[in-house]
Amino acid sequence: MSKPKVAFYWCASCGGCEEAVVDLAEDILKVVEAVDIAFWPVALDIKKKDVEDMEDGSIAVTFINGAIRLSEQEEMVKLLRKKSQLIVAFGSCAHLGGIPALANFSTKDEILKTAYIETFSTVNPEKVIPKVKTEVPEGTLTLPEFFDHVYALDQVIDVDYYLPGCSVPTKLLLDAVTAILTGNLPPKGSVLAPNKTNCDTCERNKTKPEKLKIDRFYRPYEIELDPEKCFLAQGVICLGPVTRGGCDERCIKGNMPCRGCMGPVDQVYDQGAKFVSAIASIIDSYDENEIERIVNTIADPAGTFYRFSLSKAALKEKTLRKE
Amino acid sequence: MSENKDNFEPRIVAFLCNWCSYTGADLAGTSRMKYLPNVRPIRVMCSGRVDSQFVIKAFAEGADGVLISGCHIPSDCHYQEGNFKALRRAKLLKRLLPQLGIEPERFRLEWISAAEGDKFQHVCNEFTEQIRKLGPLNLKKEVSNE
Repeated sequence: MSKPKVAFYWCASCGGCEEAVVDLAEDILKVVEAVDIAFWPVALDIKKKDVEDMEDGSIAVTFINGAIRLSEQEEMVKLLRKKSQLIVAFGSCAHLGGIPALANFSTKDEILKTAYIETFSTVNPEKVIPKVKTEVPEGTLTLPEFFDHVYALDQVIDVDYYLPGCSVPTKLLLDAVTAILTGNLPPKGSVLAPNKTNCDTCERNKTKPEKLKIDRFYRPYEIELDPEKCFLAQGVICLGPVTRGGCDERCIKGNMPCRGCMGPVDQVYDQGAKFVSAIASIIDSYDENEIERIVNTIADPAGTFYRFSLSKAALKEKTLRKE
Repeated sequence: MSENKDNFEPRIVAFLCNWCSYTGADLAGTSRMKYLPNVRPIRVMCSGRVDSQFVIKAFAEGADGVLISGCHIPSDCHYQEGNFKALRRAKLLKRLLPQLGIEPERFRLEWISAAEGDKFQHVCNEFTEQIRKLGPLNLKKEVSNE
């Protein structure tokens, strides 16, 4: 019997999720033993045409990381959707937009202007900005279109499962591969990670005072972080209360607060708004002006609370213009 | 029917606490006070019960304005300090909303007691007119960095 085919693809991402696959270390041998890797641009020389020639549905599962920013990425994921039985959104960017989605706070024009004209290190006297079509004497040159905003994968194609995290924790990846190979899968649309918040499993939960109170917010670099005390008790914004666990609290064990890469738990409708509820209610003041002063010590509320989930924010239609 | 600035009727969602503001709204009704019909009240037990997600969801699903009203600070709250929770969240939401492309004036927090039917009337009218001036929220607007 032939082995099931597996594919990996990357879109708008940093490459960290490819690292996560390599991070399987010796376990990757078990995976390779059980499956055939049909397509993996970062590691294998297989071209788009080869994928086009595959039979529809012939790939058992494709793991796609990265958000969708360019028309080329849209084209590739649509092709892979056709060729695959299962699509897994791999990592924060494919799942929720991730860090690239923070670009949705700016318009396409602003982004291109900053990147190609205004930055200090840019030398571009003719103010050339990439275009989809450029006429040159030899003919027409084309580039993929740069979309108006950054999409999560399921805003472009149908997605079967989600593996969250920046990058995906190896244990979750291994569990997911095992579940797929044994056919032991939860309902379609599930996030393949525990549905408990980070605080639930956090070691530092024990140090949390009975009543959390915050009289000013600090960014991590502004104070010396206690390696054992709950971050919220130190006045440092930690997204643990609204963020899915299963990441083994990698950041917290490294003495950095949770930034929310695993996305919200299933019960949360909007990660940022839920965090507003949680954090604001523990502000330690009964005076209107004082509350305002404390709130103003948060540097960038939306960017902090939606750091990894802006593509999926409930108000995305408002921040994003139609193309 | 497509809405434009001329025939625009603001849709306003109002979360009113059971003990003061909803009773205040009731008083406005039983006293036959007239006010604009744009406000859709939702009774909650306490203004402190209003999760910020409710506000965001209301906007996401078509509200042009959101009002939260609770018992007067400092000491009217039936649950001691739920109104302070509402106040703290409101202050943070006011900073968050413009970043998400929503004018902070579309969101309002008020204290209305059970005896203040006239204040409820006044707030409904004033807020409706304020939202009418701002126009419908669903217009796709450019996000600016201002």
